[in-house]
Amino acid sequence: MAVERVETGGRWVLLSYRIPREPSQPRIAVWRKLERLGVARLGDGLIALPADERTREQLDWVAEEVVEHGGAATLWIAEPGSVEQERAVVAAMRAARAAEYRAVIGEARAAAGDEAERVRAVRRLRGELRRIADRDYFPPAERDSARLAVQDLAAQAGRPEAGRPVTEKERA
Amino acid sequence: MRWATRAGVHIDRAACAWLIRRHIDPDAEFLFVDDRTAVPGDATAFDMRGVELGHHRGDCSFETILRRYELHDPVLWKIAEIVHEADLADERYDAPEGPGLDVILRGLSMIRDDEEVLALTGPLFDGLYEYQRRAVLLNRTPG
Repeated sequence: MAVERVETGGRWVLLSYRIPREPSQPRIAVWRKLERLGVARLGDGLIALPADERTREQLDWVAEEVVEHGGAATLWIAEPGSVEQERAVVAAMRAARAAEYRAVIGEARAAAGDEAERVRAVRRLRGELRRIADRDYFPPAERDSARLAVQDLAAQAGRPEAGRPVTEKERA
Repeated sequence: MRWATRAGVHIDRAACAWLIRRHIDPDAEFLFVDDRTAVPGDATAFDMRGVELGHHRGDCSFETILRRYELHDPVLWKIAEIVHEADLADERYDAPEGPGLDVILRGLSMIRDDEEVLALTGPLFDGLYEYQRRAVLLNRTPG
């Protein structure tokens, strides 16, 4: 798939870092931050994102945070040694986002109860979709399904009686 | 005084430049560099890795500058929350304006150079300041 070369421009920003095991709080904070950015984990203390202005800056500040907490961090702009390798990393990132979108779809379908509850679920899931989209560099097919699922739920929330499909009997 | 920051200005740097010019140094002159080593000796660097006026302890550079220069204006701190969420989106604050401001600045930086982005965002932050000032005074959403 030559397309994926175009998507990343073949350039990645790599963060190599080591942070003391104790105290655990800053180490966990960094870990969470990297999760929120949707990084690819290439190895122990080595993570990657497709390179652009935004990802470079985001990782720059994570590097700063690591250093502030007594760790060591270096930032690199890199090209994968082979297309094959890059594809595997991209596939793993896409799969990770797909799983997150599927969780949203599941929650949207499971959202039941009265209208107020559905409205709350819509608000929460829209926020969740936004957060996932921000770290979604290679959108999987599940993205659109997740958006539709939340949109459907929003439509139901607006029309209290539309929560279930209309039966043939009712239609007649 | 001369102030230096990374080229390719985005929300935090634009907001810091406005803050510096309006509240710290009216004659501020801004330089945009590609690397920290390119900061001239007489310039104060901001929003760059490894400098005092950068991100520290979870604060964005705008917040760091407010602390460093002991600016206690509650209106500026309200703007700081918005800039923080626009820049970091870590949900430390409830600032729904953040994502919108982030998009506006990103778009602007696609069509204008750094000098122009600062020139254009000056009135934007002035307006944001006035809005938040009235909100603080009225203690409700201003009309």
